[in-house]
Amino acid sequence: MKRAKGFALMAGLALLVAACGGSSTSSEPASSEKPAGWLESVGAGEGALNLIIWEGYAERGAVDPAYDWVTGFEAETGCMVNTTSMTDSANGVQLLQSGEYDGGSFSGDASVRLMKAGDVAPVNVGLLANYPNVFGGLKDKAHNSMDGMPYGVPHGRGANVLMWNTAAVTTAPTSWDPVWEGGAAYKGKISVYDSSIYIADAAIHLMATKPELGIKDPYQLNDEQFAAAIALLEVQRDNGAVYWGTAADQITSFASGDLVVGTTWQYQANMLAAEPAIKVDTTLPAEGSTGWSDTWMMATKAAHPNCMYLWMDHMMSAEANAQATVWFGEAPTSEAACEAAEALSPGHCDQFHATDEAYFDKVWYWSTPQADCADDDAATACKDQDAWVEAWTTLRGN
Amino acid sequence: MSIPEGPRANLPQRRSLSRRVTSWFNAHPRATLRTLLAGPLGWIGLVYLGSLLVLLLHAFWAKDSFTGKVEPFNWTLDAFIQIASNPVYSTIALRTIGIALLVTITDVLLALPIAYYMARIASPRKRGLLLVAVTMPLWASYLVKVYAWRTILQGNGFLGWALAPFGIEGPGLSEITNAWIVLSYLWLPYMILPIYAGLERIPNSLLEASADLGGRAGMTFRRVIFPQLIPALAAGSIFTFSLSLGDYIVPDLVADAKFIGNVIYDNSALGNFPVAAAFSILPVVVMIGYLLVTRRLGAFDSL
Repeated sequence: MKRAKGFALMAGLALLVAACGGSSTSSEPASSEKPAGWLESVGAGEGALNLIIWEGYAERGAVDPAYDWVTGFEAETGCMVNTTSMTDSANGVQLLQSGEYDGGSFSGDASVRLMKAGDVAPVNVGLLANYPNVFGGLKDKAHNSMDGMPYGVPHGRGANVLMWNTAAVTTAPTSWDPVWEGGAAYKGKISVYDSSIYIADAAIHLMATKPELGIKDPYQLNDEQFAAAIALLEVQRDNGAVYWGTAADQITSFASGDLVVGTTWQYQANMLAAEPAIKVDTTLPAEGSTGWSDTWMMATKAAHPNCMYLWMDHMMSAEANAQATVWFGEAPTSEAACEAAEALSPGHCDQFHATDEAYFDKVWYWSTPQADCADDDAATACKDQDAWVEAWTTLRGN
Repeated sequence: MSIPEGPRANLPQRRSLSRRVTSWFNAHPRATLRTLLAGPLGWIGLVYLGSLLVLLLHAFWAKDSFTGKVEPFNWTLDAFIQIASNPVYSTIALRTIGIALLVTITDVLLALPIAYYMARIASPRKRGLLLVAVTMPLWASYLVKVYAWRTILQGNGFLGWALAPFGIEGPGLSEITNAWIVLSYLWLPYMILPIYAGLERIPNSLLEASADLGGRAGMTFRRVIFPQLIPALAAGSIFTFSLSLGDYIVPDLVADAKFIGNVIYDNSALGNFPVAAAFSILPVVVMIGYLLVTRRLGAFDSL
């Protein structure tokens, strides 16, 4: 009985809210021209915030009490943060499209698709006090803006790096060769990311070793270039590559000494630094690498938009951005965050090349393979996302 | 003397609503049955079959290759054409079905002696202890058990250490046999319990009669026990076969292999939902076929 009353009360409130909303929009015709999900002001938090994140992007001190940028935010805003980790970018897209989330931290191969599909809303950055502090080099990029309008705020950027166990790989590699043609020396001990986007890593290696293929963008490959990349991946598979789906999966394999060389995020290397039994090292090889520049974006249908705006601003604050980027092992997004990061990990911004645009020139940020090669040339045709997924299934399924 | 006035006087008019409802249902037994069943049947129809129907429909819908959005009621057979034209999908399907059959056979062979001992030989005290021992692994989380097997199987793990004195290396985590071993371990209790129940039901007099007629142990097992166990075996095999068929965590974590479930997961996660839906029809069809066969064997007779 009590419950039924509660429902009635809630239904009544909902009607009331709907009625108010209706009247306010009718008195203000200009608002109908605003894009969906646009905020004119940030009100009080709605009490909850549901986020899709990369593992390690919203720590609440559970692993290391010194790294906690969530509980403070919750206490200050009253927005209780719930997170779901995505396994890869496309999984993030699918999660957001389920409509149960307020937003998330998306890489370029997800963010562009979400913007074009209208799943995420343009952000009124004028409401975010920390936005002016962000490095200019991270604003108004193809992966976070559309038609000159920002669709999110930067979280941090980094490269997929080569990691090796120093006991097994005694001379530090400077190229990706140990995971490709040179992999025969590490048969069955090579660690590879289990996602179709990894085909781009093969393409980057081919850009250096087979320039005659004429690969200009590792995410936009024509039939011949794509076939060469797959052939290279088959060599790697037949060298006994072991594929990791989650960061934890790779960490346990390296910690046990089963796998000794492979592609990783700096995050896993940082986690493995705590393992006494083994020692790992990482590098950005000479060919360059794939990488990410992640963006906090708000779902067009967010149920808690105020909390999402508060969170986006929070993640650009010096303290939170420093903690988050040091924890994950990526470059912070502002000078103030770099200063704060200095206290947590001396030399962090130098180590991750936060202001070094030449370094990031070697990094191809994750992007979506498109049938039109993402260019204006009608003569070119490339393998699209579905073709990449199917090729990956074929590679892994046989 | 007058009729006392009070609440009792107009009782028939003031019968409470709940009383009236109950008496109506009392007078209409069929309506009672329908109302009682409406809840659970509605749930099955709407939530269970409804979601299966939506899944089925997705397999026939087109999708936008760039945004990954499914376009409802835009009919196409693209997903089925993709699956039919690439032999990798049948390789994966055969691998999955093969491992599921292997796991089922392994579990039958392991479960028969254990269940026989429990039902026929062990003392009541021992039987109780064994029942607890068989069901105990079910108390632990599935993931904990899979990760425990990872530490056993990985190159520098327990198995590698135990085999080292014999000059044999550990299997590592990319062997398909790992999936067979771990799945057989995980689903063994679901095979032991039905066989145990089936053996317990066989009356002693039948075995004595067989002995009286000169049947030795092997003959008694083949001609008396086994035929009566077929329903129990079929019931147990439904568990082991269907659970293995649908698993995608074990192949990923201990064998680095792709099963039907992995392809469904990868495609749904990577935004090709129609292909995921089309491929998930396959295990449904396989299971329907399997259930029809086991029904003929009498798996459901004792339900």
